[in-house]
Amino acid sequence: MNEVSVQEADFDAGAEIAALTADDPQAGAVASFVGLVRADKLAEQKVGADGTVQAMSLEHYPGMTEQALAEIVAQARGRWELRRVRVIHRVGRLLPGERIVFVGVASGHRGDAFAACEFIMDYLKTRAPFWKKEETPAGGRWVDARETDDAAALRWQVSGGD
Amino acid sequence: MALKILYFASLRETIGRGGETIDLPDGAATVAALRDWLAGQGGGREALLTAKNLRAAVNQKMAGMDAAVADGDEVAFFPPVTGG
Repeated sequence: MNEVSVQEADFDAGAEIAALTADDPQAGAVASFVGLVRADKLAEQKVGADGTVQAMSLEHYPGMTEQALAEIVAQARGRWELRRVRVIHRVGRLLPGERIVFVGVASGHRGDAFAACEFIMDYLKTRAPFWKKEETPAGGRWVDARETDDAAALRWQVSGGD
Repeated sequence: MALKILYFASLRETIGRGGETIDLPDGAATVAALRDWLAGQGGGREALLTAKNLRAAVNQKMAGMDAAVADGDEVAFFPPVTGG
């Protein structure tokens, strides 16, 4: 199975988690993260009370996206003792409540799985070429990058020493 | 030198195209020099100079504005990423 997928289709998080440890008796832990489309409070603050997000369109850079995700997984493998890793990111038009992203990490012990899962998400947020555009009653608007995401990615450099 | 240029997200919309093939005149061959030259071509490409926190990739790897570009390279310009 591929470690990294960029796809329009939805995914089955339970099946993905099961596949991470199937026939691997050395795997003792799985940590996973699922990101969803939120009917966004930020948008309400910015475009008014009727600014609730009705849908989200995700654009990406085909070719680079897959390479960037694979590179992030490779960096995680360099920092922690990992078994299987799976990253799925959806693109195209998504509705509130729909799943956007899955990160699953299997390892021998929980510490490596927890840390690597969070690291992969933090790096994905700041290094993988995806862009979100929200559809609201007031029109479409591109989502701004958040400084808190940069800070989340940077703290791995402080504590990890690279 | 011949370069393949790509634009994404809000930049793609502002410039009105997803990409183009250009022939960059000889000179300083960096991402910043390419950005400045493209902006000088007009047609909405001035957005490359006014975009907040412009990012770039050379041959599908994130690159700084001082990165070198060479004949045949693929250079992409885009706003900060917002996936996940």
